[in-house]
Amino acid sequence: MKSYQAIRTAPAPDSAVVRGPGEVAVRLRVNGETRTMSVEPRVSLLDALRDRLELTGTKKGCNQGACGACTVWVDRRRVLACLTLAISCENREVATIEGLAEGDTLHPMQQAFLDADAFQCGYCTPGQLMSAVALLAEGHAGDDAEIREWMSGNICRCAAYPHIRAAIRRVRDEQGGSGAAD
Amino acid sequence: MRPISYSRVADVGTAIGTVSADPESAFLAGGTTQVDLMRIYVEQPRRLVDINDLPLTRVEELPDGGLRLGGLARMSDVAEEPAVVRRYPMVAEALLMGASPQLRNMATVAGNLMQRVRCSYFRDVAAGCNKRAPGTGCSALDGINRGHAVLGTSECCIATHPSDVAVALVALDAVVQTEGPAGRRSIPIDDFFLLPGQTPEREHPLTHGELVTGIDLPPLPVAATSRYVKIRDRESYEFALAAVAVAMSVAGGRITEIRLALGGVATKPWRARAAERVLDGAPADTDSFTRAAEAELASAVPHGMNAFKIELTRRTMVRALAEMAQREGTA
Amino acid sequence: MSPAIGGTLNRVDGRFKVRGESRYSAEVPVTNLAHAVIVNAKIASGRITAIDTSEAERAEGVLAVLTHRNLGRVATVPRLLPSLAGLAAPGQTFFPMQDDTIHYGGQPVAVVVADTIERADHAGTLIRIEYETTPATTLLDQARDRAYVPERIFGGLLPGHASRGDVTKALAEAEVCVDATYRFAPNHHNPIEPSASTAVWEDVDRLTVYDSTQGPNAVQFTLAELLGLPPISIRVVSHAVGGSFGSKAMVWHHPAVAALAARHVGRPVRLVLSREQMFTSCGHREEQEQQITLGARADGRITALRHHKLSLTSPFDDWAEPSLQSPSVAYTSPNYEGVYHLVRGNTITPTFTRAPGEATGMFALECAMDELAERIGIDPLELRLRNYSATDPESGKPWSSSGLTECYQRAAELFGWHDRDPRPRSRQDGQWLIGTGMASALYPVTQPVNPQRARARLYNDGTAVVEAGVSEFGTGVFTAMTQVAADALGIPVERVRFVGGSSDLPNVTAAVGSAGTSAVGSAVHLAASQLRDELIRRAVADDHSPLRDADPANVEVRDGKMVLRDRPDVGETYADLMHRTFAPDVEVLGTWNPPPQDAGYGVHTFGAQMAEVAVDADLGVVRVRRMVGVFAPGRVLNRKTAHSQLMGGMLWGLGQALLEATRMDPRLGRWANASLGDYLVPVNADAPDVVVDTVEVHDEVVNPLGMKGVGEIGVVGAAAAIANAVYHATGRRQYELPITLEKLL
Ligand SMILES: Cc1cc2nc3c(=O)[nH]c(=O)nc-3n(C[C@H](O)[C@H](O)[C@H](O)COP(=O)(O)OP(=O)(O)OC[C@H]3O[C@@H](n4cnc5c(N)ncnc54)[C@H](O)[C@@H]3O)c2cc1C
Ligand code: SF4
Ligand code: FES
Ligand code: FES
Repeated sequence: MKSYQAIRTAPAPDSAVVRGPGEVAVRLRVNGETRTMSVEPRVSLLDALRDRLELTGTKKGCNQGACGACTVWVDRRRVLACLTLAISCENREVATIEGLAEGDTLHPMQQAFLDADAFQCGYCTPGQLMSAVALLAEGHAGDDAEIREWMSGNICRCAAYPHIRAAIRRVRDEQGGSGAAD
Repeated sequence: MRPISYSRVADVGTAIGTVSADPESAFLAGGTTQVDLMRIYVEQPRRLVDINDLPLTRVEELPDGGLRLGGLARMSDVAEEPAVVRRYPMVAEALLMGASPQLRNMATVAGNLMQRVRCSYFRDVAAGCNKRAPGTGCSALDGINRGHAVLGTSECCIATHPSDVAVALVALDAVVQTEGPAGRRSIPIDDFFLLPGQTPEREHPLTHGELVTGIDLPPLPVAATSRYVKIRDRESYEFALAAVAVAMSVAGGRITEIRLALGGVATKPWRARAAERVLDGAPADTDSFTRAAEAELASAVPHGMNAFKIELTRRTMVRALAEMAQREGTA
Repeated sequence: MSPAIGGTLNRVDGRFKVRGESRYSAEVPVTNLAHAVIVNAKIASGRITAIDTSEAERAEGVLAVLTHRNLGRVATVPRLLPSLAGLAAPGQTFFPMQDDTIHYGGQPVAVVVADTIERADHAGTLIRIEYETTPATTLLDQARDRAYVPERIFGGLLPGHASRGDVTKALAEAEVCVDATYRFAPNHHNPIEPSASTAVWEDVDRLTVYDSTQGPNAVQFTLAELLGLPPISIRVVSHAVGGSFGSKAMVWHHPAVAALAARHVGRPVRLVLSREQMFTSCGHREEQEQQITLGARADGRITALRHHKLSLTSPFDDWAEPSLQSPSVAYTSPNYEGVYHLVRGNTITPTFTRAPGEATGMFALECAMDELAERIGIDPLELRLRNYSATDPESGKPWSSSGLTECYQRAAELFGWHDRDPRPRSRQDGQWLIGTGMASALYPVTQPVNPQRARARLYNDGTAVVEAGVSEFGTGVFTAMTQVAADALGIPVERVRFVGGSSDLPNVTAAVGSAGTSAVGSAVHLAASQLRDELIRRAVADDHSPLRDADPANVEVRDGKMVLRDRPDVGETYADLMHRTFAPDVEVLGTWNPPPQDAGYGVHTFGAQMAEVAVDADLGVVRVRRMVGVFAPGRVLNRKTAHSQLMGGMLWGLGQALLEATRMDPRLGRWANASLGDYLVPVNADAPDVVVDTVEVHDEVVNPLGMKGVGEIGVVGAAAAIANAVYHATGRRQYELPITLEKLL
């Protein structure tokens, strides 16, 4: 299974070079692929993914860091794409929901969400999944209290929370323990 | 957000030089405050200098037995650092009770100290706000101010300082290490946060371009018996309505050492010195705790909706102290 | 083949959703797209005296700046009619940017179109607007003396006042009285997907709008009137909707603004509301106050119920969420009076918010019932049973189905209700005071007014497509329709594809009032059943069929094979028949005519809620430890998705009880906490595990499948159960929502 493996960060090549305010070429590595686009430095990683790269799996719920719908991984840590500038992610490894499955085979967490009905409208779901997989890798799924707290950065207005916990428990138990083995 | 230019720097000197040379520039660390406020036009620098490549991300032992948190260390990393968890549990707890896992992975500890207030009028460029636009009045004084401060307020501003970890750091007498165009400085943390007074726009003694390089935690055995208590409406992902950081030693039923600070209720992370004076040497009992809380809150000023915070803080202080004493007593 | 209905099929759109592949309205790829951003009024009442757009127009990438001066006039603003009616359904009878008047804070005053979202947003801040401000009313307290009783509310569908018997006399004669007033903070829906419209003009009279809506047809009809175009000119597509809860039930200004802007710049335009704009652009649950007066005999039998509601509405519409309907029929009460009082204020017209009306009305009634039980000294559950009404107390007609007493019983079992010590403050767990509470849940079964249609087409390989215009915003309707069609056709769910989310498809009403699944389900059931019957008819008439001359009533379909009921070895598959007869496909349009509103029955959905809370004895913090909800929603099509909806509804009740409040700053005339950081909704840590169960009731009246709906009933009573539990824990009655900690200090 791919996802969430350690990736070395290369140092930035272009120290102190001033870029912008107009459009500049920004090269991102997203889900293992290199993607280049022309954007202004003010463009967020979220808008770059959604509007420039057509990777619309990452959602915009608030654009203010207050909902978690935009959760992606940068250098294998879960972060919020809405408060991240795309240009600051050059030379970092970005992973989004589109990269979670292995071809047609769903990631076990995706399958567990499906089976546990851990979503309704599905709009928060990519963010929940990116958090949930990270949660196991972090080792923060020991018990329900821990899952509740460490999944609280992802709001689900449909309130699928109990089912989200059930899905996470299932994957954790399948993997044995709190999940750091992923 | 208005258009900006961007550069990424790899060494401290360039970072300081670049920002101090351009009054319309700002450092970009985790961006969780900076990008947020730029998007709503509350802050409008023309240039961001990305400091995330600076080698300031580590937690290091200091020769005097203390610990240095690198200015760019992430909240999540510091919270899980074994030395912090063991020797300064309230720092780890305060970090983990702040924001969300994703935000903590992004946010730096220096950025956390530098974050701006969450007052909704400060965040609304169409509203009067002395902090954002000096001289335009404080909309919160007679407005929606349930979350606002009761300690350290002025007629110019009553916004609560939002940081959690700063409360623990203030209790510990941490020292903020900075480097700026004029060289290095060590600023005792209590001096690092300014009361609003007549100049709420000034929150720190830093000059433009001065970088927070680290935060030093002094060697303090009492810090090993400390905790952070945070009260909020929602169980997680919310700023404090009231918070208490306490470190305490008890011997023979008496308090031999006490460090106490308040969050969520004051315009700066609030060292509760009046309460400490009452507690120092006093019996570790509810009566002392209550007297201490009352002494500290004697100067509290309510504003409309936030009047409850005085009583809430009193009770939270008593609760935190009692639990600490009990833990100490049974340890 | 076991039936699909009643099973636990995974969501058919689930794979797309967990892979991030579902395209919500702001995500549909469109070439040459421009982005629009709305600029909102910063005052609540007055007039624009000057507006300078020159700097914005000059900004890089800007294609147009539109204001009341150049947006163009809308043709007609249709009348406000709930979208259930199936016609045009504007959220309010006011369309912004038609003149210089400002009626409410956040009213759209300009729209900027640019080549990127960042440029449009920034240019919006470069518009200079000067206002002349006039005094505004934004809080009930500012204008109680100006309250009036409307003749009708809710788009004219409901009376402003109603009564039976003589309530004044009955109250005077009552042995026990409870009189209490409850206050409710405004609430906002806050679906996680902000509303979005992408407008594409293919020609001057050919418009496609990708819109996040509960009803593509309602958007089509509304746009047609606003734009002065025939419905054939407008196509509305809604592939996936990221939650609604009522915010996308009516049609607000943004799809029309997107269309007008797109026409102006000659390019497709995407308009996405910001989170802040979600607080001023699609209605809300209004600020309100409700007074309940209960009169009862000493044994608890209710003799009188008086229920008055005072709420804030807009300058344009007499809107109140219908809080009095379910309470008026919840218990036998021979004497009743219900009156809506409205105050006009400077606000957008309020709208449906999940469990519209019942969430507040049943809160008030059920809290008053708890007080009555205590006053009389009987168990709250026993009080409900004593007042259970086997008929609709309003009309005296029998319920089409009820199940309420079974719900009480089952909930009590699951919860362990009967071990309860009724005394307040009788249980403690460390610093926590523990309390339990209960409430009844009622929600009216609303019927669409117009015929509901669906199309079913079987291909000659035995697979079927079923279509209807309904949109999927989390209810699981696409999944349930797949099951309904599969069972009616007698084929496995894997061979059925349900297609919805477009105004091109057979018309069904907007999926509102918990009626969406039953309305479309009835149509799908009829279409698929008629399609099956058509194939059976062809088989028995075909000389080459093993079923020739069989009695159609004696033929059934198993796994795609039509067989004799008593000789299952005799028969043939749909595919065989169709191949042999050279039929590539067979198609049927099914039409369900809803029963008339007055069908000789009272129609309601019932349930029972129980909650256990822990209240910090010193700090006032309330945490919900567990919730049990048992409901009788009629036929359950999919247990998995239905339980999810009920669970989600109950957790909505938790939010309503403890957290949710939009706070108006009356000086600015604007919401002071219009963000997800400041308007608190429950997070994972707030949500306890929730036990949901359903009681089976058979209902032949409501619709062919006997469904009553699960979308809202889960909310009803949940907040009351929590508030009653808080009382039980602390001994302090709660008359105001949300119950924040300062109320318990
Ligand atoms: C939804 C939400 C909820 C939150 N909840 C909490 C909470 O409960 N508790 C809490 O404590 N915090 C909370 N926060 C605040 C969060 O912790 C801060 O935003 C964060 O710590 C800021 O750090 P950063 O690295 O992202 O700073 P940035 O946003 O990058 O920078 C913040 C400011 O500091 C300046 N700056 C950054 N680094 C330095 C440096 N080394 N030297 C000098 N200046 C510098 C920047 O120029 C900028 O002005 C929350 C934030 C959000 C968005
Ligand atoms: S409290 Fe401070 S930040 Fe808030 S409006 Fe007043 S001056 Fe501005
Ligand atoms: S969109 Fe990023 S946190 Fe809400
Ligand atoms: S599934 Fe709808 S918001 Fe989570």
